[in-house]
Amino acid sequence: MITDETKAELREIAARYPQPRSGLLPMLHLVQSAEGRVTAEGIEACAEILGITAAEVSGVATFYTMYKRRPMGDYHVGVCTNTLCAVMGGDVIFERLKEHLGVGNDETTEDGKITLEHVECNAACDYAPVVMVNWEFMDNQTPESATRLVDDLRAGSEVRSTRGPRICTWREAERVLAGFDDGLADEGPAAGPATLVGLEIARENGWKAPEGGQQ
Amino acid sequence: MTNVLTPVLSDNWDADRPWTRESYERSGGYQALDTALRMQPDEIVALVKESGLRGRGGAGFATGMKWGFIPKDNPNPKYLVVNADESEPGTCKDIPLMMASPHTLVEGVVISSYAIGAHTAFIYVRGEVLHVIRRLRAAVQEAYAAGHLGKNIHGTGYDLDVIVHAGAGAYICGEETALLDSLEGRRGQPRLRPPFPAVAGLYASPTVINNVESIATVPSIVRNGAEWFGSMGTEKSKGMTLYSLSGHVTRPGQYEAPLGITLRELLDLAGGVRNGHKLKFWTPGGSSTPLLTDEHLDVPLDYEGVGAAGSMLGTKALQIFDETTCVVRAVLRWTEFYKHESCGKCTPCREGTWWLVQVLARLEKGQGSEEDLDQLLDQCDNILGRSFCALADGAVSPIDSSLKFFRDEYVEHLRQGGCPFDPMASTLFSPVGATA
Ligand SMILES: Cc1cc2nc3c(=O)[nH]c(=O)nc-3n(C[C@H](O)[C@H](O)[C@H](O)COP(=O)(O)O)c2cc1C
Ligand code: SF4
Ligand code: FES
Repeated sequence: MITDETKAELREIAARYPQPRSGLLPMLHLVQSAEGRVTAEGIEACAEILGITAAEVSGVATFYTMYKRRPMGDYHVGVCTNTLCAVMGGDVIFERLKEHLGVGNDETTEDGKITLEHVECNAACDYAPVVMVNWEFMDNQTPESATRLVDDLRAGSEVRSTRGPRICTWREAERVLAGFDDGLADEGPAAGPATLVGLEIARENGWKAPEGGQQ
Repeated sequence: MTNVLTPVLSDNWDADRPWTRESYERSGGYQALDTALRMQPDEIVALVKESGLRGRGGAGFATGMKWGFIPKDNPNPKYLVVNADESEPGTCKDIPLMMASPHTLVEGVVISSYAIGAHTAFIYVRGEVLHVIRRLRAAVQEAYAAGHLGKNIHGTGYDLDVIVHAGAGAYICGEETALLDSLEGRRGQPRLRPPFPAVAGLYASPTVINNVESIATVPSIVRNGAEWFGSMGTEKSKGMTLYSLSGHVTRPGQYEAPLGITLRELLDLAGGVRNGHKLKFWTPGGSSTPLLTDEHLDVPLDYEGVGAAGSMLGTKALQIFDETTCVVRAVLRWTEFYKHESCGKCTPCREGTWWLVQVLARLEKGQGSEEDLDQLLDQCDNILGRSFCALADGAVSPIDSSLKFFRDEYVEHLRQGGCPFDPMASTLFSPVGATA
């Protein structure tokens, strides 16, 4: 249900922008956080606040892959199967997880914990094969590490992103995407090993950019 | 001694908590902003022009020139929009930059906005990178608290607001005009040009759109000068940049080097192609840039060099594939991506990418005949240059180039009635030295 409090937050999002309609994408993220998916009621609420039709909002919601019409599990597990990850093992990981969880693409386990999906390149190719959990990085996966990962998630054990904080729920993640902080920015490392590899080689060799001229 | 690598953008990534303002300022951060605010906006535009900085989002358009297109007499507000959609397959440089040092981007945003006369700037980040969004938001808040953003920045009377905006999953929103529609709360579909964004962009107002790395480079140019920047790189492709190595290499990752370094040199640093294997094909700048092979190891990786080799520098996303990889499988997967991401606005792309997938899927299974290969090229001809935006041109790149270099491998699929490769051999889980 879209509560008055959620409506107030939807208005707050719209008010951040020079033109309120710019808030629609984050507003739909908030709807997903409140409802577990994009619902008809959520669409109505956005339409009413922005003074546009429900059909217009719906047209936007269906365009973007992060918006879901079916109820989502607590954890969205996205296996990258774009070419590079696929070739390096993403296809094998995805097959293994389908089998292990007994679900197909874009389906949720019966306990409502995990929604499995294959995703496109997530800008982490130097950590291939990559799995995303609620859009946090789980770098350098193997079929074994990925099955352990989903087992841990289902068991409710604490799971940490390899380049990020402890994993929150999908609804909590959607709230962050809507622009409401969860205070976790300082958790996790600055970078993973691959990010730093060139810098380390430069340091070892004493290589530097030229000295600056001005100032 | 030559400096093979030249860390500037990445220089503070190994500092203690480099994402915080305190750490960033300790390494000299926000000093360039002070310098910039003492200059006239036009002087900054001139400086960036003189530096030769070219956009790092793929097309390599001169950044200073783009800024110069913003009309002075237009009464509407001006906007800066940072393209942080990073979704081109293989591309993975902006995300680690924003994760490790978001203030580098924020400082660049303030300087660039000041230069073009904007008082509102947006950072449009793809939604699928939660922690990067947290770090960016935290950096923006810290910058407000320290007076680097908001009203009367550094006491100069200049005001700027920055909004971090999360997208919702659509590759096409990286295309700058689709991004603008998306940022206006619509479906992300490209706009007809002209009018160009510099004249009628966000809210039909003058707008500059630049890639994350382009904007993040600006503080270093202000700090060190145009000559310094031009002392790195080649004549027409100046400065340092982030090269991202991924795939079958020993040490994948980010390598910041002067433009014009070669893949041979980068592979040397990265420990070569993974043990026991050899290079088969690679992309110089993401999947939309035509494939190259081991013939091209000495091509200077700058705009001119890669162009002369028949490809494009693109995003400098060097995806490396060794001999265990089936090129038909790789190309089919990329083509499925373009089909999925086609926004549907124009027929050659919407229908064409669908047909390309049909034909390639059959070929991968070893069905069809050699005539299908010519049909595939024909289809590419009907798409390339006939579509509304560059997504479709990118979609034909892997097909065209793979047929140029690996036609035999397609034929081999037909001859064997299936794929001659063992897909396990290309994974990281296969024993070292395993062959197809
Ligand atoms: C399909 C498509 C996707 C694109 N994706 C991105 C992207 O994710 N990030 C980016 O900076 N530029 C992307 N571009 C290029 C932008 O349209 C634009 O040229 C760029 O943001 C300009 O910034 P620059 O001049 O600083 O490079 C894309 C272009 C196309 C056609
Ligand atoms: S070329 Fe493809 S992505 Fe671009 S406008 Fe046409 S349909 Fe949309
Ligand atoms: S291909 Fe998987 S993250 Fe890029």
